[in-house]
Amino acid sequence: MEFKTFVFYFLAVIMVIAALRVITARNPVHAALFLVLTFFNAGGIWLLLQAEFLAVTLVMVYVGAVMVLFLFVVMMLDINLDRLREGFWSYLPVGALVGVLMLAEMAMVLGGSYFGLEAMPAPAEAAEGYSNTRELGRVLYTDYVYPFELASLVLLVAMIAAVTLTLRKRKGLKYIQPSEQVAVKREGRVELVKMQAEKED
Amino acid sequence: MEAMLQPVADLFGAAWPAVWTLLKIVAIIAPLMICVAYLTLAERKVIGYMQVRIGPNRVGPMGLLQPIADGMKLLFKEIIIPSGANKGLFIIGPIMAIAPSLAAWAVVPFDDGLVLADVNAGLLFLLAITSMEVYGVIIAGWASNSKYPFLGSMRAAAQMVSYEVAMGFALICVLLISSSLNLTDIVMSQNEGRFADMGLGVLSWNWIPLFPMFVVYVISGIAETNRAPFDVVEGEAEVVAGHMVEYSGMTFALFFLAEYANMILVSILTSILFLGGWLSPVGFLPDGFHWLAVKTAFILLLFLWARATFPRFRYDHIMRLGWKVFIPVTLAWLLVVTVWMMSPLSIWS
Repeated sequence: MEFKTFVFYFLAVIMVIAALRVITARNPVHAALFLVLTFFNAGGIWLLLQAEFLAVTLVMVYVGAVMVLFLFVVMMLDINLDRLREGFWSYLPVGALVGVLMLAEMAMVLGGSYFGLEAMPAPAEAAEGYSNTRELGRVLYTDYVYPFELASLVLLVAMIAAVTLTLRKRKGLKYIQPSEQVAVKREGRVELVKMQAEKED
Repeated sequence: MEAMLQPVADLFGAAWPAVWTLLKIVAIIAPLMICVAYLTLAERKVIGYMQVRIGPNRVGPMGLLQPIADGMKLLFKEIIIPSGANKGLFIIGPIMAIAPSLAAWAVVPFDDGLVLADVNAGLLFLLAITSMEVYGVIIAGWASNSKYPFLGSMRAAAQMVSYEVAMGFALICVLLISSSLNLTDIVMSQNEGRFADMGLGVLSWNWIPLFPMFVVYVISGIAETNRAPFDVVEGEAEVVAGHMVEYSGMTFALFFLAEYANMILVSILTSILFLGGWLSPVGFLPDGFHWLAVKTAFILLLFLWARATFPRFRYDHIMRLGWKVFIPVTLAWLLVVTVWMMSPLSIWS
């Protein structure tokens, strides 16, 4: 077996097991940590495909930031498993529909020969010195610059909306602006008063 | 070198590349661990002198055997796992803390060509690996099933995610002007320009055109490694020792090792990205690893200096500094650098 094949199966087996544990683990924190493991292995498989930028971005964004905040929330939740299971039967039809759709899509990829996938040429072997990062950057900022900017604008709007939705101005906060704190001068706080010494007769 | 190793390589046969890589890893990790041990001593000594004390001086001449004594003590201590803790994750916590801080060294170049993995996306790899450092703290805090560790890990999660953004922007500026993600190329690109030709390499390094980024990177590095004055994660006065409260013996030592290994990593990266790595500051002296060591030691001294000088930041001030000061500054400087690069005044062509 080629070393690359071995690495692929190694990553893929861990990934599938971890993905299964995400939905079977009883403890939500464990499930979130298994999701981290899944992402990490997916990043490894993308590295095998020479898509190092995507792999690193997956680890950086999903493992390094999104899942940290996810865990942050999940750890503080008091999750009652019985209450979670209450809506199981009412959600089942929707869930089943999504499941069947995903299964069909996976079947179409795996059974590609029946759907004329073989007509597509295999991707060309990357040349020496090929940089996935450089190539992606070139395409994103030349051919697809307007769609790219549009997507970033949509994200910006979503970000601002999320912040404004959760922003609550609380009254009576004793927060002090650090710039004001730093700007305090002695004259503003202390006043030296000259006065006669008081004597007791 | 190759010819000398040939008989050994024949002995191992097909497994030789793996064995050779393992040997290289040991050659990086073993000196690193010694550096970590003596950094703890250096920290106590330096802070001692700054506070007009002597520092540890009992074990060995001038206290030089102190780190070994500390290590032995921690090695022989019992590891206590609290009965309410989540056992598996309690053990995984410290492992997750130290693993990324060692893995990051794979792409760090020590000299021209002296690097374990000379990958093109080295800087991206570093960003991804260092972003995983927070997991050790979070997992440890949650698995301990105790209030103070949990508070500490919540603080760590928010703080490290915040400062990573500013650090990332600082790195983007560096990769923009060196137009490469390879750390060796980033160092070599600092050896070009008018001043480097005049033999004044020190003026052509990235720290002058990217001075705000340099400052932001060093301060964010202190925050990322949870060192004073940003050490609210373990803040003894409020949360006892944060995520490390329930840990003892070697499990505690792993957190300690990870913290110091991270300090050295941030310092060596600052030297590589902003201070010209192994390049000599002046033309008439040869380049070499010793320059990198000197620069790294200087940044490490800054870490210790900051710890001896500043009182601990209040938590909301830490968040304010990260989000409201550093990110706008880095964004503005990113704009300045891009405009500068495209203008006729560009010094990087």
